[in-house]
Amino acid sequence: MTRGVASAPGALFRTILLSVTVLLAGGGALSAATDGFQAFTTETARRVSVRRHPVDLPAVALENQAGSRFTLADLRGSWLLVDFIYTRCPTFCTALGGDFAQLERQLAGPVVRGQVRLLSVSFDPTHDPPAELAAYVRRFRGRDGGWQAARPLTDDGLQQLTAAFGITVIPDRLGGYTHNAAIHLVDPAGRLVDIFDLGEVDRIRETILRKVQP
Amino acid sequence: MNKRWPSPALLAVFLVLALLAPPIRHRLEQTMSAQMLVQIPLLAAAGWSLARAFPARALAKVEPWNHRGITGLVLITVVAAIWMLPRSLDAATSHPSMVAAKYLSVPLLIGWPLGVSWPLAGFVVRGVFLMEFVATFFRLGWLYLISPIRLCNNYALDDQQRLGRYMLAIGVGLLIWLAWKLVWGRFESFSSTDIHPAAIPQP
Repeated sequence: MTRGVASAPGALFRTILLSVTVLLAGGGALSAATDGFQAFTTETARRVSVRRHPVDLPAVALENQAGSRFTLADLRGSWLLVDFIYTRCPTFCTALGGDFAQLERQLAGPVVRGQVRLLSVSFDPTHDPPAELAAYVRRFRGRDGGWQAARPLTDDGLQQLTAAFGITVIPDRLGGYTHNAAIHLVDPAGRLVDIFDLGEVDRIRETILRKVQP
Repeated sequence: MNKRWPSPALLAVFLVLALLAPPIRHRLEQTMSAQMLVQIPLLAAAGWSLARAFPARALAKVEPWNHRGITGLVLITVVAAIWMLPRSLDAATSHPSMVAAKYLSVPLLIGWPLGVSWPLAGFVVRGVFLMEFVATFFRLGWLYLISPIRLCNNYALDDQQRLGRYMLAIGVGLLIWLAWKLVWGRFESFSSTDIHPAAIPQP
């Protein structure tokens, strides 16, 4: 049992053979773990995944800024843009609100015809009663017609929604939250079909216009 | 067998069980830095310890397939690459199957092969592996420090940047240690802890 035994030419050959096998298997595993080297983060993986396999969304009960109650299923029949916010948010939600206001204006035609709707869902329902939601939409001069802000009526509903959409919310030390910010596209059948980054207003507008004016 | 510990196998089992305990697991997975720099290295250490518990004869049978520890170090590199993906770190805190994969693969496919292969590796193989190890700390540390976006949905940006700073600091520390060893140390001489069980003459 000395090191000399392992240095035999046969050992070298076998080692190279096994190392190459391990490398190939490892490459395969890495490819599988990154959706073919496309998605290295959870956020990208979420986008790749919904484009391949649209997600059926749960009919969660919501309450909007006017105090009206409805479920996500009631919004079927039109294309729906969804983002997740909390109204006290000083960062991402402000950017999301700005994007939504722009989209509401730029898609005014389809919005008026009822082909497109915008929905901001609060993941902090206790702090976001209808009055706060209304103030949030007003802050961005949203027109209150095509853009609804709503909160889930139950904690269970909130969890179903964040799970279906793939939203992770973690409390920060300042009493607020850190969360992944994105704009989600739901088709008229109520399935999540695409996810866009913040600031991709042009791409979202083009995508929607292509869909509603074939 | 190392006489200071009652049994390396026992130590390995104890380590993995301790890391599985919900309060410890939760605590270590709460921050990105603790998961990457404490939990995963300790899981690897459990595997390393397990390698010491293996009978020399069993290890000697593997040796012809693991010339100078190369196969083992290649295996470690690819498995570690998978656990360096931000996606894996995210999933390893929330999906039970990924938790199980982490608790099994890090000890058995990183720690154990390291314990088996490191003593077989010579100066060149060790040097290549260590330089790549140090470079990884610099590369990832730099990425985490400058990335304006969060790479893990479960962790905050300041946590990611803190991990970046820690990794750069560790990289610098490792580099200094390596340089010191190259200049004043003796690389080829194996210290008592480096002796492969198979190399010890059986009485």
